[in-house]
Amino acid sequence: MAGRFKPITMAAVVFFLVAAVAPLFVPSWATLFALILAKSIVVLGIILLLQAGQVSFGHAMFFVTGAYSAAFWGKYVGGGDIVLYLVLGAVSSTVFGLIVGLFVVRYREIFFGMLNLAFSMVLWSLLEKMFHYTNGADGIRVARPGLLGLAFTPETFQYVILYVSLLIAIAAFFGVQRYLDSPLGHMLRAIKSNETRLEYLGTSARRVLLVGYVISAFLGGIGGTLVAIIQQIATPEFGYWTKSGEFVFIAILGGGAHAFGAFAGAAMFEVVRFYAAAQLANAWQLILGVVLIVIILYAPNGLIGLRQRDNRSKEGGH
Amino acid sequence: MANVLLSAKGIKIRFGGVIAADGIDLDVHEGENLAIIGPNGAGKTTFLNISTGYLRPQAGSVSFLGRDITAQLPRTITKLGIARAFQIPQLFLDQTVMENMLIAAASLRGHPSGLKALSSLPERPEMERLLDLVGVKEYAERKARELPEGQRKLIDIALALALKPKLLLMDEPTSGVASSEKFGIMDILITALAKEKVTSVFVEHDMDMVERYASRVAVWSMGKIQKVGTPAEVLADPKVREHVIGI
Repeated sequence: MAGRFKPITMAAVVFFLVAAVAPLFVPSWATLFALILAKSIVVLGIILLLQAGQVSFGHAMFFVTGAYSAAFWGKYVGGGDIVLYLVLGAVSSTVFGLIVGLFVVRYREIFFGMLNLAFSMVLWSLLEKMFHYTNGADGIRVARPGLLGLAFTPETFQYVILYVSLLIAIAAFFGVQRYLDSPLGHMLRAIKSNETRLEYLGTSARRVLLVGYVISAFLGGIGGTLVAIIQQIATPEFGYWTKSGEFVFIAILGGGAHAFGAFAGAAMFEVVRFYAAAQLANAWQLILGVVLIVIILYAPNGLIGLRQRDNRSKEGGH
Repeated sequence: MANVLLSAKGIKIRFGGVIAADGIDLDVHEGENLAIIGPNGAGKTTFLNISTGYLRPQAGSVSFLGRDITAQLPRTITKLGIARAFQIPQLFLDQTVMENMLIAAASLRGHPSGLKALSSLPERPEMERLLDLVGVKEYAERKARELPEGQRKLIDIALALALKPKLLLMDEPTSGVASSEKFGIMDILITALAKEKVTSVFVEHDMDMVERYASRVAVWSMGKIQKVGTPAEVLADPKVREHVIGI
């Protein structure tokens, strides 16, 4: 098992190194990589649920919960700090994930996906309609926070948030891998292949899925908080169904079989958007759409699957 | 007489027009290997489904060690000490055989960890022993999906044994296994059950198997128990020979 994943862990380490070093030479990449890392953390949560064979089409609800935790604190209390925002985002999305999870883990497949979508749209509507508290569709600005009492210039801050995102992403990557390798993680995967047998072994599949769901909500919240800090705004659009779709899209693009798929997918997605949006205006969705079609037709295990398939053909050829 | 482990009283269930259980009364005694025989559709598997909580009877009750388990969840009943092996093996196909076994071990242990590696569970040697017992140890690191049906069947039984049950319910343990291997496997299985002090109930179609391995036989027919007795008694009964065995 460990032997099979070693090269891909190496790829992840290389990716983290590039994310740490490259922006030092190209300053505009600092924000790009910070966004990639923040979104990867959210997509890790999607990949977690994919292990159980479940797709959430409403995970943006945790993303937006994390974002608004920071925004509300800034608006109503003031004087934010990155660490404080992250703690708020983590706690609020975990609690929200537990509440929503208690309902959704009773369902599977399309019903699971749609119920998640429904919950997320309720939250989106609330954020959109409660104008008095949320500024409606305009959203709430998130003033640049400090870090542990230190204040930064905008130029320094983009690196601060990059390295904070990187540290959390590394912890999340190894944490998720460790979880998937544990008894609970294996039970999560067992839900996909044979839930009946899992119950006949004396384990509650719902409880196993609930743990996975809450972890995935937690990751979504952390990612949302980071993106709100990076983009200095939280809007209801963070919780709209297209945002949920985007996370699933990235997971499929990168490959749902391994935690690194989240990073490969997010990097591809954001890089295409970053460059194509500048060069081709509104054609970036078109490019990504074509890429996804090619991936699904020729590499159903996503970008990381390309490499694994390459290895297999080498092994077969001797 | 030995202690009664499982006791079914007046079980009734019908699916539309089909009566799968029409007043089943049966006691399973500690230490025996009880075979259930009968034609297809007689309600044999339904009895296993009811005994393990997969189906809820419309009337009657099932108790295990004196405790009412009628309509309890399969996982609750599993925790009390009834394990089940399936006619079509039910495995976690994307995981290795050893991972399958360790998931069972982690289930039995309860409160599974989300941090420690599954492969580091202390039950590993014991799981290896059980795989060895049913003769599939060499496949421990293979994915369940890659193995032929016969091997999966044995792993399915090993998974049930991993739960350290008091009672094991098996649905046609040797179906899907090559006929030349059936006796060998049942020899191993019955010896293992005796060694682990597991009582068993098994549904079986092969009368040679029943004659050789069952300590008692219950004959099912149209949702009723037609006869219960030793293999010799039951197989000598002309009615049973005509309706069930077909000679």
